[in-house]
Amino acid sequence: MSDLIDIRGVAHAYRTPSGPLPVLDGLDIAIPRGEFCAVVGPSGCGKSTLTRLVAGLMKPDKGEVRLDGAPIRGPRKNVGMAFQNPVLLEWRSILDNVILPLEIVAPSMPRKERVARAEELLAMVGLEGFEAKRPSELSGGMRQRASLCRAIVHKPDVLIMDEPFGALDNFTREDLWQTMRQLRAAEPFTAVLITHDLRESVYLGDQVVVLSGRPARTQYVMNVDLPDERPLDILYTPKVGEMLHVLRDQIKIAQGRGEGPGEGAAA
Amino acid sequence: MNTALRKVGVPVLSILIFLVLWELLVWANGWPNYVMASPSDLPEAYARFWELFLLGSWQTLWRTVAGLLLAVIFGLALGMVMGFSRIVRDGLYPLLVGFNAIPKATLVPVLALLFIGQHNFNTVMMAFLISFFPIAVSVAIGLSTLEPEYRDILRALGASRMTIFWKIALPKTLPEFFGALKVAVTLAFIGTNLVEIVSPHGRGLGALFLSGQTNSNYPLMFAVLIALAVLGIVLYYAVVAMERIFAGWAERAET
Repeated sequence: MSDLIDIRGVAHAYRTPSGPLPVLDGLDIAIPRGEFCAVVGPSGCGKSTLTRLVAGLMKPDKGEVRLDGAPIRGPRKNVGMAFQNPVLLEWRSILDNVILPLEIVAPSMPRKERVARAEELLAMVGLEGFEAKRPSELSGGMRQRASLCRAIVHKPDVLIMDEPFGALDNFTREDLWQTMRQLRAAEPFTAVLITHDLRESVYLGDQVVVLSGRPARTQYVMNVDLPDERPLDILYTPKVGEMLHVLRDQIKIAQGRGEGPGEGAAA
Repeated sequence: MNTALRKVGVPVLSILIFLVLWELLVWANGWPNYVMASPSDLPEAYARFWELFLLGSWQTLWRTVAGLLLAVIFGLALGMVMGFSRIVRDGLYPLLVGFNAIPKATLVPVLALLFIGQHNFNTVMMAFLISFFPIAVSVAIGLSTLEPEYRDILRALGASRMTIFWKIALPKTLPEFFGALKVAVTLAFIGTNLVEIVSPHGRGLGALFLSGQTNSNYPLMFAVLIALAVLGIVLYYAVVAMERIFAGWAERAET
């Protein structure tokens, strides 16, 4: 019962003109409070559906998504979301973009406190001095940093991220991984990260969940046994190399290429 | 070149060149006034009828703006409903497109019969009817193409549809809205003039044009056309100024 997020036997199908399209079937994920869960899997396997379920934006056909023991029945104030597209509002300054969730969640909070909270986070991600800028004046990496700040400004229990680093170049991405770890150390959220990047999943995750191809079920769960202090170099140690190898094999199986004779060996 | 000078100087210069070419065209062909007036004939017409020009411009202007305001209110409301509801959108599009395809001149007698003698009302109605369509369509498209992520960041926090509309959907649609308003403002202007010219005992610049025609005063007719063009330009740039204020963020800096 110590799990904050508990996804049990979830199945879901979308209704399409050509009949139901099952995207999830047999999804089980348990995330203890404060943990960081990275979810990987083949393209189009229903990972984004998973984020919408946890956010309370939709309900599964079967199974249950529980938060702190209670089934999620709809949107709640204690989640934050970040996407591949930073979706910043172009007509607001960076500061006012970060404040946005507070306007919904804490309408009575004085402006001064909101600004202080936003400034604290922006400083933490290295955007000090950019508060008054418009999103269009920032680089892609900086916009994504601002987007992360907005996702956690209201101190949510759960941070849901759908490939937030997917559109960034490699070096910017690695910078953001480190920023993410700093945020984690400072803020109390429990995180669900959808990603296509195995190195990212290992570097950021406490556990990595591999989903099968569509309809997705939980195919494999890896506990990431690494210290909390993770310099980027850790990705080049033999231990992490082994972990990545295991995950890579699991992805091949998920893509339906691992079990066939000879096919998996070709790679 | 200085940017301020360029912004004012280039358009003024192009207008001057246009007037000179016009004058030359009339002079080279040796056209008398009853075929085509030349720019040099116009000042006399303005000097003689300046009171009528002022009165007519005012009448044309306020009725156009009133019609446009109605179009903005109605167009926004219609666009909102269509943007948020697929069913409404599917149901209304054919009707709207059909209505928009009707030449509005054919509606002049319909309006005239429906509201006999209400010249101001008829004119405002026409300006409204001709100009609400682009506003409704652009708002509907702006709202219906809003990326779901924009909605989700607030919806996940339990924000109401109204909150999402005011905080995100509406401001995000403003650039499209002003694009449509630029089209609508010229359309509304045409609608006003149409009624003024076509209906008997009309008012405004259109009626002045008509009286020039009745009296075979060709310089007066051309002077009205120029006055209409100037008024149209003023209205258009008023919208541009509002766009700068309310949706200036959408403009990229020059690179």
